[in-house]
Amino acid sequence: MSGIKQMEPADIGKTFRRLDYETKVTGRAQYLADMSVAGMCHGKILRSPYPHARIVRIDASKALKIPGVVATLTRDDILNHPAIDPYYGPVFKDQTIVAVEKVRHVGDPVAAVAALDLDAAEEALRSIEVDYEELPAVLNVGDALKPGAALVHDSVKVPESGFADLAELKPVEGTNVCTHFRLNRGDVQKGFAESDRIFEDTFTLPAAQHSFLETHACIASVEPGRRITVWATTQNPFVVRTQLANIFKVPVSKVRVVVPYLGGGYGGKVYPKIEPITVALALKAGRPVRLVLTREEVFYTITKHAAVIRMKTGVKNDGTLVARECEIHLDTGAYAEIGPRVAKKSGYTAAGPYKIPNLKIDSYSVYTNKPPAGAFRGFGVSQSAWAVESQMDIVAAALKLDPLALRKQNGYDEGDKFVTEETLRAVGLKKCLDEVAQSIEWGKREEITGANVRRGKGLACMIKATITPSISSAVVKLNEDASLSIYTGTVEMGQGSETVLAQIAGKELGIPIETIQVLGVDTDVVPYDLTTSSSRSTFHMGKAVQLAAQDIKNQLKQIVVRDFGIPAEQIEVAGGKIRLPESVIEYKDAMSKRFGMQGGTLVGEGQVKTSTKNEFGEKSTSAFWFLAAGAAEVEVDVETGKLRLVKYATAVDVGKAINPLGCRQQLAGAAITGIGQALFEEIAYDNGQLINPNFIDYVIPSLGDMPPVIDPISVEVPDPSGPFGAKGIGESALIPVAPAIANAVFDAVGVRIKDLPIKAEKIFLALRDKDESGR
Amino acid sequence: MKKQIHLRVNGMERALEVAPRTTLLDAVRDQLGLTAAKLGCDIQVCGACTLLVNGKPVSACSYLAVDADGSEVLTTEGLGANGELHPLQEAFMDLGALQCGYCTSGFLLTAKALLDENPRPSDVEIRDYLGGNFCRCGCYQEIMQAIKSVAGG
Repeated sequence: MSGIKQMEPADIGKTFRRLDYETKVTGRAQYLADMSVAGMCHGKILRSPYPHARIVRIDASKALKIPGVVATLTRDDILNHPAIDPYYGPVFKDQTIVAVEKVRHVGDPVAAVAALDLDAAEEALRSIEVDYEELPAVLNVGDALKPGAALVHDSVKVPESGFADLAELKPVEGTNVCTHFRLNRGDVQKGFAESDRIFEDTFTLPAAQHSFLETHACIASVEPGRRITVWATTQNPFVVRTQLANIFKVPVSKVRVVVPYLGGGYGGKVYPKIEPITVALALKAGRPVRLVLTREEVFYTITKHAAVIRMKTGVKNDGTLVARECEIHLDTGAYAEIGPRVAKKSGYTAAGPYKIPNLKIDSYSVYTNKPPAGAFRGFGVSQSAWAVESQMDIVAAALKLDPLALRKQNGYDEGDKFVTEETLRAVGLKKCLDEVAQSIEWGKREEITGANVRRGKGLACMIKATITPSISSAVVKLNEDASLSIYTGTVEMGQGSETVLAQIAGKELGIPIETIQVLGVDTDVVPYDLTTSSSRSTFHMGKAVQLAAQDIKNQLKQIVVRDFGIPAEQIEVAGGKIRLPESVIEYKDAMSKRFGMQGGTLVGEGQVKTSTKNEFGEKSTSAFWFLAAGAAEVEVDVETGKLRLVKYATAVDVGKAINPLGCRQQLAGAAITGIGQALFEEIAYDNGQLINPNFIDYVIPSLGDMPPVIDPISVEVPDPSGPFGAKGIGESALIPVAPAIANAVFDAVGVRIKDLPIKAEKIFLALRDKDESGR
Repeated sequence: MKKQIHLRVNGMERALEVAPRTTLLDAVRDQLGLTAAKLGCDIQVCGACTLLVNGKPVSACSYLAVDADGSEVLTTEGLGANGELHPLQEAFMDLGALQCGYCTSGFLLTAKALLDENPRPSDVEIRDYLGGNFCRCGCYQEIMQAIKSVAGG
């Protein structure tokens, strides 16, 4: 078509209309709950009403008498089944497909049914008889750690091989300590002795929920020969494939995981969620089963870790940070899930983005009888940063230092050593700080707008790592008309990965984005990728796609050498053409020559495998570094404590903004979730019962909660290993929000909120206490 | 006991057999295969299930299909006309007013209803009218811009 010739080649640093948009705005995009397969029946889960109880008896026999009920699933179906290992979990095998001996949280799956329609399935759930013996429950980390506390797990199965970065972390037998991560640097006692001032504070934050509008869903089919196919709402299809292969004792080649567009992920769709129970039901039913969770069930499936953080910091009078002792307790709920890594990342970042020579950090994930906590955008760093960045302003106020200057005085620069003693590279921290400070006119006092209203400004910053080591592989196919197909395991969950990957491949090959198709994820088809999380896809998969495109360019060059007889050194593949000294050859003409007709495919491959050693030969915990800052301007009503966010600025070191509008979306979007968690999001429990598992009682931000201005700023300090210098950006902007707002509240009215969320009543009570103590 | 209802969906007459407690959302998704509207919260809070019934936005997750008998129903699949996308659809794409897209159908239809009622809404009126639509990816600024760009045109 002549139209193709008029299209411009893809580029980097230019906003392209996203490739997933047209199908989404027309309502044609198929999400999992929109899909069905022939012969499918509907699954439902019976869940525990108790936080901790022994299952004395379970009898599902009446369910099968209900018309339309196809299968039931209880512990009797998974125990002693020769082809099922009922135990699984990403780090420890402490989860079971359905409860075996006891239930460990309200909402723990006890049984499941499959029926021809949902009404029959629901009736079947009501017919299942379960006798429980209630057990004492531990409902917060404080109680869970008391001597003699009830144990959530009597013992935990530790798999023989697991994640390399978590190998040293094990449950502490006879306690509820799931893992204990330690980091020691220098001599912390000596450091405190050398300090002029010592600050000791405890910060807390509650559990939160990802609140993707699309609940977890799965369709599973087990064909004869134990060929398992699942359509899953997962961010890491290859991990789900491995876990299903282990549970159902088949080679990974027998498990196919297909992932449609996700209606949001934010960390809440990593690792197996409802896939094991759906496959077990499908196996028992002998036909495909679809399971779609209700909103309430999502709250029982995964949460963000609540935390208690005790932080003691020694400082010189000039503001130099000298020593820190920090104890972090993360409430990981009833199952480890990925909590051990969350706790490790919290520990690594308990020094914040600051040079502190003496450290003693202890970070625990702790079992409790609550729904499991796992990955959440920010992955442990939003917990540690709440403490780090709040205390920085406590220090600044006490020493009468400017909070911005204090951060820049202690903050990381290029070449500084991280707490792990590895050298930091491409560090845009101070640029981010300067950008947000400028955006909110830091240092300028704003006019007071009402008699009882005070204005204040606050800022915060952060450093975060990406999962390392990890693997991403990509395959690209150059078709006979020089159009391109891209095969990757990166899940499009809203972050815009399809478009970014197409831009990278298109730029490398000099072809228009309109000629590129990014295929959906199907583990039977696409090569391995570890996960779409940890803000890693642009950096890792982007690079893999770039390498695959370069592979194609090399193959085109080889064709011209072999089939056109031109010496290699005279050939350049650039700008979408094969350039010779005197002429140019179109890609499609080279292919016709090679294949002898208009047909054939060139297959390019790219692999990225990050290492535990960096370019300096040091132990590496992160293939690249996230740096970011945020700044808030607030108004506080001193009569009521009511807080109004006037402006929020967020700056993230993106390395290189491949799709600038896409970067702004990710930055502002993460900041908005951060605003929700800073101001009102909180999962509430009453005696172990989760009392707000719905969007009326668990409130997420809507348009009315937006400040008049959110200013997303992309700072570009390129990372030499990233595609065109790009880094990951998905999580960074969320992390500084809560402390930036708390710091702004302090600036406005002089009260320090140390417990999230920052609700009006907390400010009101703190103001009252301040007044009373001032009298 | 099923009841027959008649709807005019995206301009096409349809007769459906529905149970008295079937929601309009289930009827449209399961019987008509129009899946643009999504179930999000199931309690009329998040707006993902929004459909226009006689031009007014309703939370189809909590609206009985029998109550729509005889009504005109618009879903996102019917938003464009004559092979052209609706200006709101174009504006949402140009200004980046979506990421995961799960809320998008609800936002588009609610915004259309707003602009039909009030072609030049103020910022406050847009915020109020769309206060019942959640976007967890956080595209609120871009959604505001997109609606304003169409309103201004």
